[in-house]
Amino acid sequence: MSAASKPPSKSRWSWRSQAFRALVYQVLAVGVIALIVWFLAHNTATNMRQRGIQSGFGFLLGTAGFDIGESLYAFDSGESYLQAYLVGVTNTLRVAILGIVLSTLLGTLLGIGRFSRNALVRGLCRIYVEIFRNIPLLLQLLMWYLFFTEVLPSATEAWTLGPMFLSKGGLNFPIPAWASGHVWVAWGLLAGLCVGWLWRGRARRRFEETGQPHSMFWAPLGWVFLGAFLGWLLGGAPTEINAPVKGEFAIENGGALTPEFLALLIGLTIYTAAFVAEVVRGGIQSVSLGQAEAASALGLSQGQSMRLVMLPQALRVIIPPMTNQYLNLTKNSSLAVAIGYPDVVSIANTAINQTGRAVECIALIMLVYLSTSLLTSLFMNWYNARAAIKER
Amino acid sequence: MTEPIITFDKVNKWYGNNFHVLRDIDLQVGAGERIVVCGPSGSGKSTLIRCINRLEEHQQGRLVVDGVEITDDLKAIDDVRKKVGMVFQQFNLFPHLTVLENLTLSPMWVGRMPKKEAEEKAMEQLRRVRIAEQALKYPLQLSGGQQQRVAIARALCLTPKIMLFDEPTSALDPEMIKEVLDVMIEMAKQGITMVCVTHEMGFAKAVADRVIFMDEGQIVEQNTPEAFFNNPQSERSRDFLSKILGH
Amino acid sequence: MSTFTAISPRPAPQSNSGPMAWCKANLFHDWKTSTGTLLIGLILLWLLPRLFQWGITNAVWNGNYETCHAASGACWAVVREKFRFILFGRYPHEEHWRALLCTGMLLGLILASCTRTFWRPWLAVLWAGVLVLYLALMRGGFAGLRFVETDLWSGLPLTILLASLSMVMAFPIAVCIALGRRSNMPAIRSLCTVYVELIRGVPLISVLFMASFMFPLLMPQGFNIDVLIRVLAGITLFAAAYMAEVIRGGLQAIPKGQIEAAATLGLSYWQTQRMIVLPQALAMVVPGIMNNFISTFKDTSLVAIVSLYELTGAMGMAMNSEADWRPFRIEGYLFIALIYFVFCYSMSLYSQWIEAQVNKSKQR
Repeated sequence: MSAASKPPSKSRWSWRSQAFRALVYQVLAVGVIALIVWFLAHNTATNMRQRGIQSGFGFLLGTAGFDIGESLYAFDSGESYLQAYLVGVTNTLRVAILGIVLSTLLGTLLGIGRFSRNALVRGLCRIYVEIFRNIPLLLQLLMWYLFFTEVLPSATEAWTLGPMFLSKGGLNFPIPAWASGHVWVAWGLLAGLCVGWLWRGRARRRFEETGQPHSMFWAPLGWVFLGAFLGWLLGGAPTEINAPVKGEFAIENGGALTPEFLALLIGLTIYTAAFVAEVVRGGIQSVSLGQAEAASALGLSQGQSMRLVMLPQALRVIIPPMTNQYLNLTKNSSLAVAIGYPDVVSIANTAINQTGRAVECIALIMLVYLSTSLLTSLFMNWYNARAAIKER
Repeated sequence: MTEPIITFDKVNKWYGNNFHVLRDIDLQVGAGERIVVCGPSGSGKSTLIRCINRLEEHQQGRLVVDGVEITDDLKAIDDVRKKVGMVFQQFNLFPHLTVLENLTLSPMWVGRMPKKEAEEKAMEQLRRVRIAEQALKYPLQLSGGQQQRVAIARALCLTPKIMLFDEPTSALDPEMIKEVLDVMIEMAKQGITMVCVTHEMGFAKAVADRVIFMDEGQIVEQNTPEAFFNNPQSERSRDFLSKILGH
Repeated sequence: MSTFTAISPRPAPQSNSGPMAWCKANLFHDWKTSTGTLLIGLILLWLLPRLFQWGITNAVWNGNYETCHAASGACWAVVREKFRFILFGRYPHEEHWRALLCTGMLLGLILASCTRTFWRPWLAVLWAGVLVLYLALMRGGFAGLRFVETDLWSGLPLTILLASLSMVMAFPIAVCIALGRRSNMPAIRSLCTVYVELIRGVPLISVLFMASFMFPLLMPQGFNIDVLIRVLAGITLFAAAYMAEVIRGGLQAIPKGQIEAAATLGLSYWQTQRMIVLPQALAMVVPGIMNNFISTFKDTSLVAIVSLYELTGAMGMAMNSEADWRPFRIEGYLFIALIYFVFCYSMSLYSQWIEAQVNKSKQR
């Protein structure tokens, strides 16, 4: 009777073993791939030499020589290609992040609407999903762009929605004029967030100890707003607003969103919301009815049952495909090149046409999108691991 | 005793680096012998029989099945698998094939038998397990007991010398256990070597030549059924028997 | 002790079914539902007649652009005028019958492949034959048929060709990659994983850019490939990555016991995959693969960006060619939106039907 001990290392090697065959296959596979890659690289080098195209990423520091239609910060044609790319990346992120937020909101409402008691609401949600899922995104974008550039009036006859103007030139809205006081608002907001978070932790502990309900959402939110308000006061209470006015040919002042941006944002949001709705519907359906019944049998209210029982289980099923949809939205924003919004693909296209360096420019595009995908996948894996239901 | 058909010689197996699941197993099974392996869960009984047809690999020791030593050698493994049939706890029938197709699959594709011959053989085995009328049905249309009998017939189509059973009745509803055990008892009477992991002590008493009790990866005791059940030698065997024979 | 008397069934006192009961339950159940119904009803009552007027009553069905300008409704005349251009793109006008015939053949073959009766080995041979015939007929250049170069293949035939051909070619590639990702050999597994993650992480546009800009650089001197073939290769590789993931999901769902049972029966790796694992896995993922097909069908609209004019591109060309008709682009857009919708929705319905069939066969 021996006690537990460590396994011995492998001493014999068999030529007819599974391990040997596996080795042979792998060496073959890697060899073939390496050969193909070498062949392609060799051709590329020869061709580029023939055409007098330099290779390497040095061109990024050269002058761009083209203007970009819109950007978050100032850019002119004298800046480098690298700067142009960065503008493209910020433009892509701008539309992607807003698109993700809006489509999640809209899609969740639609998904929940599929379970409404009202047959009209159910039917309308279903029709929305079927229509916008089955028409290509490019076509939808073209139609929205058409709406923004043809159907809307010109700037001089812009539609007025309160203090905002909607016209062929885009959406113009009032924004607070940036004064030094606004920095205080940001700090105040941050401080409010910290206090609110701490308050929430304290309220939760008190709830667990005494069983008395303490507000864990509204009070911390109140703290956040209070912090922002105090910061605003401390900053000298700046009140100046930069409002748009109708000038002679165009709208002047105020913040502006171009028609390209609006068309892309709305097209992406409406398209992706249809898919998000299906994901949410699948998630809610996946939680078995017995769970809701058990929750009511235990005396939980509708809201509590949804919050504590149904939603956490539904979220586990929803998060992975939802992340997929976010990735799809980010990748779909590359269709901006078809309607003239200067995202990173659009700028790369211009760069290829100007410099002929197809390989480098395409590699840069792929780098941007791959890093986004990688980050999102990492987040999803982390969330999945954390949220997984523990099994035996 | 004639040359044993299965020999375990100081066989050891680990899962990973720390879990020593089989510890110095020494066992010999003679041709035509019927062995029942029992023990608490986690004792390594399934691992033991799965080593016989290389569904699990042992790291140390010698394992010889019908004169062929089991190693990494793929040809040796193929040879052994043609002579050893296995019945699983979860049946593992192929749901997209009919019962008849489940049975003729291996003889046709591995045994290179013509289809007619394979089908005749299959029907013969189905008659043996008394389920011939279900030949053209799909596995999911049958009850659990019927599926397990089909699984036994499928293994028998290879005319194996050794039949391994890994808890064949554990996934069945109580009223279906008897039909499967009856088939196994009938097989036992026909002289095939059987190694069976099971909790069905009635079956052991009726059929087994030897009962092997395992605990924590080791063979604690082996004896004839009467001796084992009426007079267990070790403390652990007594403990185990009191738990399963108690209720 | 009282004796037991059976009660025979009686009809219910209130009607629990029928249209009135349905309305009550679904539209006017409580005050919230009723208010919702009223609000939505009012909006629809305002919206629908206007749409109807624009689209049907005030619309111009025949005429030229002057009548359209004068009218306040939709100008479907532009669709009548240009529909051949929209549908067939730059394919020569007199040869449209060839494109029509070929597309009809291909669609017929696809429909046949969807029905159970045709799932036989000779289907593969039929596919090969039809494809050869298709390419020959579209291209022409023999037996008195005018030669039409691939640059001119456009419109709806091109959409259908790209979508179906790329899916058919992507399928074997996807199966191999899915199996490779589940393999025990680390090199093969890594290669397949890298391929899938790389392709899935980038938008189709970049793959199309690669196909059209980088391909000439990657090939040796003087080796020119048709842009159609390049784009087809790009779409195929793209679709294969997504299909591989769907198939991998199916492979993961096969219990390990199936493979063990096959091993005990002496089947080799490829025999096991071919006869046991793949039939079950593929049957499970048909809805997923149909989704892939629908996505690929929609994605073909992107090839306009690399100068191949399938349906969306052809429409753009048709509408932009004459300045007179330009204000009525929305009608053209709606026309092809309808075509896409019809195709994609039918595929989606088919996929739901298949899923229901598979679920039915699982019940005793």
